[in-house]
Amino acid sequence: MSAIYGLYATPQAAQHAVDGLRAAGIGDARITIMSSEPFEEHEFAQRDRATWMGWIALGGAIVGLTFATWLTRMTELAWPLPTGNMPIVAWWPNLIVMFELTMLGGILAAVATMLVAASLPRRRPAFYDTAVGEGRILVGVENPTDAAVVERALSAAGVDVRRL
Amino acid sequence: MSEATARKMSDDLLRPLLQTSWRFYLLVAFLGAIVLTGLCTWAYQVYMGFGMTGINMPIYWAFYITNFVFWIGISHAGTLISAILRLVNAGWRRPVTRCAEVITAFALMIGALFPIIHLGRPWLFFWLTPYPSNRMIWPNFRSPLVWDFFAISTYLTGSVLFLVLPMIPDFALVRDRTAGVRRKVYGVLALGWQGTPRQWHRLESAMQIMAIAIIPVAVSVHTIVSFDFSMAPVPMWHSTMFGPYFVAGAIFSGIAGLIIAMAALRKFLHLEDYLHPIHFQNLGKLLLMMSLLWTYFVFAERLTIWYGNESAEVRVLRVTQKGSFAPLYWTMVVCNFVVPFTILSLRRLRTIAGCVIASFCVCIGMWLERFLIVVPSLGHKYLPYTWGQYRPRPVEIIITIATFAAMTLLYTLFSKFVPIISIWELKVGEHAVHEARLQRAEHAIGEARP
Repeated sequence: MSAIYGLYATPQAAQHAVDGLRAAGIGDARITIMSSEPFEEHEFAQRDRATWMGWIALGGAIVGLTFATWLTRMTELAWPLPTGNMPIVAWWPNLIVMFELTMLGGILAAVATMLVAASLPRRRPAFYDTAVGEGRILVGVENPTDAAVVERALSAAGVDVRRL
Repeated sequence: MSEATARKMSDDLLRPLLQTSWRFYLLVAFLGAIVLTGLCTWAYQVYMGFGMTGINMPIYWAFYITNFVFWIGISHAGTLISAILRLVNAGWRRPVTRCAEVITAFALMIGALFPIIHLGRPWLFFWLTPYPSNRMIWPNFRSPLVWDFFAISTYLTGSVLFLVLPMIPDFALVRDRTAGVRRKVYGVLALGWQGTPRQWHRLESAMQIMAIAIIPVAVSVHTIVSFDFSMAPVPMWHSTMFGPYFVAGAIFSGIAGLIIAMAALRKFLHLEDYLHPIHFQNLGKLLLMMSLLWTYFVFAERLTIWYGNESAEVRVLRVTQKGSFAPLYWTMVVCNFVVPFTILSLRRLRTIAGCVIASFCVCIGMWLERFLIVVPSLGHKYLPYTWGQYRPRPVEIIITIATFAAMTLLYTLFSKFVPIISIWELKVGEHAVHEARLQRAEHAIGEARP
């Protein structure tokens, strides 16, 4: 894998570099950005925002609820022990177990979706620079077909362009 | 935020991970010795039998269940407070959240140990879990003790994930700034984090969903712990207000635990630049509010019982307020209301030291409150021939002390290996402040122009 990238000290400079790459005809999908914090207020950090995570978490919660309903009902019927004058399938106490497993299902589904969607875990980042940990913002292009154009766009913000 | 500020922030918060003084080893050895003593005492109790404790008919629940309820209460400091502050986007939460979430994880682990310590044959603890035995006898889902299993395991799982997910970017930061074995270990823990916008958005979405899910779970946990008592026809237990009363008490003691932990971190890790007096003042106000809420619940409970004049319940009420438990009861009132109200309602006294003093009192008072819920009621049930008394024996006292040492030890070790303040979240907060300042300056310049 090859890459050309620049390391920017400020989000404004990173935004400038991203705009330069777009102006040079490089699509968002080909531009790689990495930072040590989210920079929510800047446009370059707004991409890839849409997610189904909420719906998947809801699905996980429904699976949890279904499982809990089956577990409590099945076990009470499998060993029908009269307790405290309650019916064999006692919904009031069962609701507690059903609530807990519903929430557990939702939480686990959200975390699993987060890991899959963020491509985690992976052995080590294929394309990375430890300067990101120092607070620099990495803007680059992986496997560039038009290296000169990319280099020109990245260096317009006044940084040294690096190659991988 | 300048690059120099960001670097200073990272350096300050990573210093405890990269530099170790002899004091750390001394503290770990001291706490480890107490924990080891506690483990040996537990082994002795298991070997000799439950007769080594002061637990006997009719008081089958005493120190251990008091500790169980107390530690589950302390666990409400973290995830619940952190989740609420995250949802309302309180800016001052950023240095506080991880300190708080760690308390939840460790307090839950310690709390969950007590039902096992309380078992005569602890190796059979797995009977509490819902598994089918070879005779297809399942745990009774209508028992509040089985609800505890589901509530605590759900809360523990959610809280650990809520704690661990935002640690991933910080692990990546440590990975980038270290070498050798440390780099390898933190590289594994960072899971290959790069910090792309996609990863940031997914992390924040997951945290948002978990914050929404974890709040009702946290409330349910202590409500279910209260059901262990309120489902039983025992004087002063069988009450509809026990759920909210326990939840309020749990948040109350949890905030107190958090203030003590933050003050210790500030002092010993030199985090004065990040844990400001305003954090303590805000938490102090929350503590004051919870103190008033707790007092309201105690008043409502006691008035209802006194006015109802049901003989068995009034007997328990009297024994706590005027009888053998009165010194403990009035100490509880002083610790949970008089001291925090006096200190925290006066702005001049709401300093870091004032908040810590109030918090220590609240922790003592809340432990006493749990004890006074458990023991007097069991010792004075409906028929006088079943009455009894309880005196704790050395094994219970040693194990109780050991769990406080275990909590401190786990917290110390955690703050040694993980940044105790979320570095990336702190940077986000600093950026927001910086951007707001810039906007204000631009606005002022625009207005000054003719």
